[in-house]
Amino acid sequence: MSKYSVINTHVHNVDGIAKVTGRATYTFDVKLPGMLYGKILRSPHPHAKIVNIDSSKALELPGVIGVVTGKDTLGIKQGIWRRYQDLCDEQILPVDKVRYIGEPVAAVAALSEEIAEQAIDLIEVQYEVLPAVYEPMEAIKKEAPEIHQGFERNINVTRHIEWGDVEEAFEEADYIREDWFKCGGQAHMCMETRAAVSSYTPDGKLTVYHSTQAPYYMQGLLAGVLGLKEGNIRVISHYVGGGFGGKFELDGAIFCSAVLSMKLFRPVKIVFTREEDFIATKRRTPMFYYVRTGVKKDGTFCAREAKVFTNGGAYTGMGATALYLTGFFHSFPYRWKGYRYDGYRVYTNTLPSSAMRGFGAPQAMFCSEQQIEWIAADLGLDSLEMRRKNAHYTGYEVPDQATVGSCGINQCFDTVKDWTKKKGKLPGNRAIGFSAAGFMSGGIFNWFDAPYAFSSAVVTINNDGTVELHVGAQDIGQGSNTTLAIICAETLGVKVEDIKVHSGDTDHCPADLGAWGSRQTLMAGNAVKMAAEDAKRQLLEFAYAQSGSNIVYDLDIKNRWVHAIARPERGYDYAELVKKATRGKDGQRIVGRGYYTPHRKGMISPAYSYMLQAVEVEVDKETGRIKLVDSLTAHDCGQPINHLGLIGQLEGAFSMAAGYGYLEYMPYEDGKLMNPNLVDYKVIRATEMPEVPVAEIETYEPEGPYGAKEAGEGLTNPTAAAIGNAIFHAFGVQMKECPIRPEMVVNALKEKEAMGEKGG
Amino acid sequence: MEKRLLKLKVNGQEYELYITPKTLLVEVIRDHIGLTGTKRGCETVSCGACTVMIDDMAVKSCSILAVQAEGRHITTVEGLERNGRLAPIQKAFLDHGSYQCGFCTPGMLISCEALLKENPTPTKEEIREGIEGNICRCTGYNSIVRAVEAVAKGDYREEGT
Repeated sequence: MSKYSVINTHVHNVDGIAKVTGRATYTFDVKLPGMLYGKILRSPHPHAKIVNIDSSKALELPGVIGVVTGKDTLGIKQGIWRRYQDLCDEQILPVDKVRYIGEPVAAVAALSEEIAEQAIDLIEVQYEVLPAVYEPMEAIKKEAPEIHQGFERNINVTRHIEWGDVEEAFEEADYIREDWFKCGGQAHMCMETRAAVSSYTPDGKLTVYHSTQAPYYMQGLLAGVLGLKEGNIRVISHYVGGGFGGKFELDGAIFCSAVLSMKLFRPVKIVFTREEDFIATKRRTPMFYYVRTGVKKDGTFCAREAKVFTNGGAYTGMGATALYLTGFFHSFPYRWKGYRYDGYRVYTNTLPSSAMRGFGAPQAMFCSEQQIEWIAADLGLDSLEMRRKNAHYTGYEVPDQATVGSCGINQCFDTVKDWTKKKGKLPGNRAIGFSAAGFMSGGIFNWFDAPYAFSSAVVTINNDGTVELHVGAQDIGQGSNTTLAIICAETLGVKVEDIKVHSGDTDHCPADLGAWGSRQTLMAGNAVKMAAEDAKRQLLEFAYAQSGSNIVYDLDIKNRWVHAIARPERGYDYAELVKKATRGKDGQRIVGRGYYTPHRKGMISPAYSYMLQAVEVEVDKETGRIKLVDSLTAHDCGQPINHLGLIGQLEGAFSMAAGYGYLEYMPYEDGKLMNPNLVDYKVIRATEMPEVPVAEIETYEPEGPYGAKEAGEGLTNPTAAAIGNAIFHAFGVQMKECPIRPEMVVNALKEKEAMGEKGG
Repeated sequence: MEKRLLKLKVNGQEYELYITPKTLLVEVIRDHIGLTGTKRGCETVSCGACTVMIDDMAVKSCSILAVQAEGRHITTVEGLERNGRLAPIQKAFLDHGSYQCGFCTPGMLISCEALLKENPTPTKEEIREGIEGNICRCTGYNSIVRAVEAVAKGDYREEGT
């Protein structure tokens, strides 16, 4: 029997009823009295000076209440890397220059969305069009146009990671292989597009409903650009229609609605159309990867060197973090004697690229895991055994970067090998590809310069035993409120239905860095556990005081039952204890507090998840069409907490990762995205999704609450490479670009055939 | 365009609305009647977030005018529940964790319900085809397929009927 009564049991989501009955109210659904509707006029040019904006005709249109441009703002350049002033480079309504097609230029508020839409067509903008550049390898050339002042060759950020003597380690290698890869962008494609409702009142207070992953970040960022105190801004975000990394920076919806509302003293709602969501938010960072890897004949990894040029688009956003993380996770999950990474994030006149689920790691794994497969083939080695031989283990230290507190990857290999063996011989156009990966459980970095603990929680126990859990963590659909309720219930010794979770409101919830980088289970989970322990300790003090038992006996609460641990059958109801404790405190409710900030945990994260994936792929040789037939993922996320949530996260990650691998393509022509709609931008649909069974390898992560660590984001990392490796095993062709599109497969097969004919 | 009177039956309730004939059904449901369970996720009839049932057929309510639905029975997500009792498909979604962010869920539930009405014992492939028009960015669909299978198998019964 499990030692836990709530953890890893079958628990419904705490917001399940609201979500399956249509009661859940998203920002998209918010309607306030007197509310106006906003629309944004966007730049048709990839690079241009704004000479003049004339909104007089728009203002004459009946029903138009107001127009704002960059001149109505404080003109502050903002960014989420607040500690680094030069990386705060984005005015959401720019004052003098636009840098990508779709960038906001002006915003209108009107009585209806329809009128606002007509009005933006009446705004006359005079531009002076500038030469533009779209690809990083072009933008770093001396003669390329300057996108931001003071960034030589348009290089926005560089990152360097190195350990060991790389040259010496390469000298030890018997075999060295080098490859270039090209990884595409990807749209977050949240079902709820970016949306905000801002309401500024004459007392100088601003309330914003926003579809966000990080209410506290929004509060802080808005305060900075609007010249308000953080405490005078309230961000509310009760239900969020998906985030995936795309909703924790300021966006046009929140900024323009706030600026309009501050000018007009009326609530203003802005909802992006799907097209706006595609062309004017952020995206996964496209990357060019050069990888050079040296190994010994027996498959021992010696050295790796990587150079990466990323298409940063017009602004920094969270892209600087992606540049670091891609470099770190490119080494994962292996031990390298020498490792060197040089990353260059380059400004271009395209949609800014930033964070997206996996945060640079899917690109890193697409290149790394395919090259490893090819090296094994070149040397005639079993690729899984070669991976296993070089894999991380519990206690391993990535020099100067990280310590691995728990690692179950070794067991993953056995599980995947068994599954593959059972598959037997496959038809000629079908093969299995493997890929390993790992990921972080929240970042330890604080470039946002948050003055508060990374995560905080408050547990308040009502007189009847019900519990109010206040967290700053944000539920964006990944189920964090449920996971945190489970941790709270387990710790206090009550049931999940006793817990009411309050989140998504900066007026009432403690600050927290929010939902990104797989941080909430570990960080907010630790804060909740600490808060619940604090509250429980206060309850047990009263229990001890009246028990009169020998001091050597410990008391506990489990399943609402207060008892001596040695004699669990003797006890009494938890609600009874709560009543006594509340009376004993002169009527004050029991309140427990908890927080978590990582200390001395290296450069990246307090803990790492590990995984190994096998994907069975079928390819139509005529058309190049790829079909995913089956898969297996062996996965180490420490102690699973939320059983249903975990399965859902892993299956969902697969669908997004597979989309990145072979479907979700973002072609640009002269800075213009060619498929900004759901007809032409393909995401996985139900008929394309294979079965995605997961074998959980249970480990215990000492830094995580009850031994838990990351789940759900890391599994965005391996799949693109696994698909590529399956195609390699089926046909012997190497896919060096993702998404792997049918024409690429057909061309590769033709090329191979031609080579064969030449050779034969 | 001149406004006209429209009588629309949604979830068994008759509504009298005064609208311009070009108004989409989804706009009437959300903005005029105020049933915000039904969502919108695109402008190209691609995502299925606005799916409702017209009589027993799943229809993307952004693809038709409200006047085209006059005289028909429209069911939205709010109409699946009866006096606080959840429909089998709603219970199955809860048990199988067939939703995450929940934004596609109202449309997805309706597509599943319509599928089961047409074909009470669908195969896995038929379920996948039945929900092909609905995009879910969170779950990867498999938990939704399992929920429909469970309903088809008879794991859930309509209460109080």
